[in-house]
Amino acid sequence: MMSFRIIVFAKQVPDTTEVRVDPIKGTLIRDGVKSIMNPEDKNALEVALQLKDKYGAKVTVITMGPPSAEAILRESYAMGADEAVLITDPLYAGSDTWVTSMILAKAAQMMGFDLILTGRQAIDGDTAQVGIEIAEHLKIPVIAYAVDLKIEGERVIVTRELDNTYEVVSTRIPCLVTCTKELNKPRYMRVENIFGYFDRPISIFNNSVLKFDKNEVGLVGSPTKVRRTFTKGPKEQGTIFNGTADEAAELILSKLKAEKLISEQ
Amino acid sequence: MIMVYCEQRNGELLNVGLELIGKAVELSKDLDGEVTAVVCGNKITQLSDKISQYGATRIIIVEHPLLEKYTVDAYTEALYQVITSENPDILLLGATLTGRELGPRLAARLRTGLTADCTNLEIDPESKLLLMTRPAFGGNLMATIICPERRPQMATIRPGVFPLPKPDTQREVEAYVFTPKLSEEDIKVKVQQIIAKVRKHKDITAEKIIVAGGRGVGSKENFELLEELAELLGGGIAGSRAAVDEGWLPKDLQVGQTGKVVRPKLYIAIGISGAIQHLAGMQESEYIIAINKDPEAPIMKIADLAIVGDWKPIVRRLIQQLKQTMNIQEEKIS
Repeated sequence: MMSFRIIVFAKQVPDTTEVRVDPIKGTLIRDGVKSIMNPEDKNALEVALQLKDKYGAKVTVITMGPPSAEAILRESYAMGADEAVLITDPLYAGSDTWVTSMILAKAAQMMGFDLILTGRQAIDGDTAQVGIEIAEHLKIPVIAYAVDLKIEGERVIVTRELDNTYEVVSTRIPCLVTCTKELNKPRYMRVENIFGYFDRPISIFNNSVLKFDKNEVGLVGSPTKVRRTFTKGPKEQGTIFNGTADEAAELILSKLKAEKLISEQ
Repeated sequence: MIMVYCEQRNGELLNVGLELIGKAVELSKDLDGEVTAVVCGNKITQLSDKISQYGATRIIIVEHPLLEKYTVDAYTEALYQVITSENPDILLLGATLTGRELGPRLAARLRTGLTADCTNLEIDPESKLLLMTRPAFGGNLMATIICPERRPQMATIRPGVFPLPKPDTQREVEAYVFTPKLSEEDIKVKVQQIIAKVRKHKDITAEKIIVAGGRGVGSKENFELLEELAELLGGGIAGSRAAVDEGWLPKDLQVGQTGKVVRPKLYIAIGISGAIQHLAGMQESEYIIAINKDPEAPIMKIADLAIVGDWKPIVRRLIQQLKQTMNIQEEKIS
């Protein structure tokens, strides 16, 4: 299976657990928030690397973003990826999920693949759309929400988690699988890979490579537009009570009765 | 026309589709007043009776033997055929895991935009465009999205975001049967096995009363007190992401941006500071009581009743008083 080609799509995201809202201005504070590889994309990369360890495969990591997104490609090299592609072009800025998936699909087509792995969703947008839309653009089968993945010959067998059930499904490659954090615990960067990973070449795909019409990408080409962004305004302050535990319990009980949340005696 | 996709599982309609019909009826007042409900499956015509009661003006039953079991391939293709023949302006889908899989595949095929996990929908009075508002950056920021040119304007909405309308049992609407062209070859991903998840708890989105705990609860053992309180009130327990990450509660009891969205009649938040991710999942609750040591905690700002103090003696005392109230009741009966 040495010729087995796996593409992993990864995104650089702000660590949203550290994003805060300025309580006075009501704006997002992004300064000092570190950028990371989207966690479930890392799980997808780990799946790819495990398949490589087991059967042999060529693992290509592709990201789209500003030039600084290179950082997650360096990290991918240090984890064991074989090849890295940075899709970056000012024309692509502001692309929504539909356009982003169209661009990524074209890059995948140019690279060639047997299997595409992505994270289920990115923590900055939480849309869970890009992976599935890539598959539709490429007209290949998609399996979302994988918690387990095996390869048997030409078939990929995946256990996936739905609302009330798990489903075991299978399909023929080429296909795309979106990965969840239940799949694995991603490996750390390896020392043998860290040496020299700064020198490894990264392919840059800009629009002179991907050749889209400038009207079909970026903000202009995107079906959806952001009309406005805002932080939630404060709700009217309710009753604040500071007293003894007995008084507090008494007050809660009386409110529950007043609101008819428990029956009155 | 607004089209609402109503998901059914084993012949039972999910509430989220009916909630969306309710919202669509409201939105359609600013448009042409037409709300078409669509349901897919095999031998499901009987579902039209129930759908009628929730306000749809038209119902399309999409039936085919290959729609018996949900597969993203067959369902996408069937809905694609319905949509391209009906040309709705707006398409709403419940953001269940299946809806969130179907939505993007369908949107990409229709070459249109999709806004995931909306928490509010409105019609812009001037442009008549659908204003789709959703949280981003872990709920820290809200964004209102529009899809100005391509159609339909598509949105997924989580269960429980909009209230379930009151059914009108007298209401009857004609249902049309649509037979999509499907073949076995359309289904690329084969379902080999379906395994039911074992659930110990009731689905928290269905609870009328929720007692939720966060990091401030301190330990798994302490959650037993919360459970006792919940039981006395006839509700269930839930928790913040912190409580789930600590391993004090299973994931399906997590309330918030990455957990469940709940809107119970009463939400008691104990030892929860109220990170915006958590608030995103519970701020629509009808009555919120927060117990927290920190009067400045965000949860205290949105609570209808904010109790400053150590939660444990307060909850103990509350349990005691509730038990007393109930004993009196029992004596009266005997």
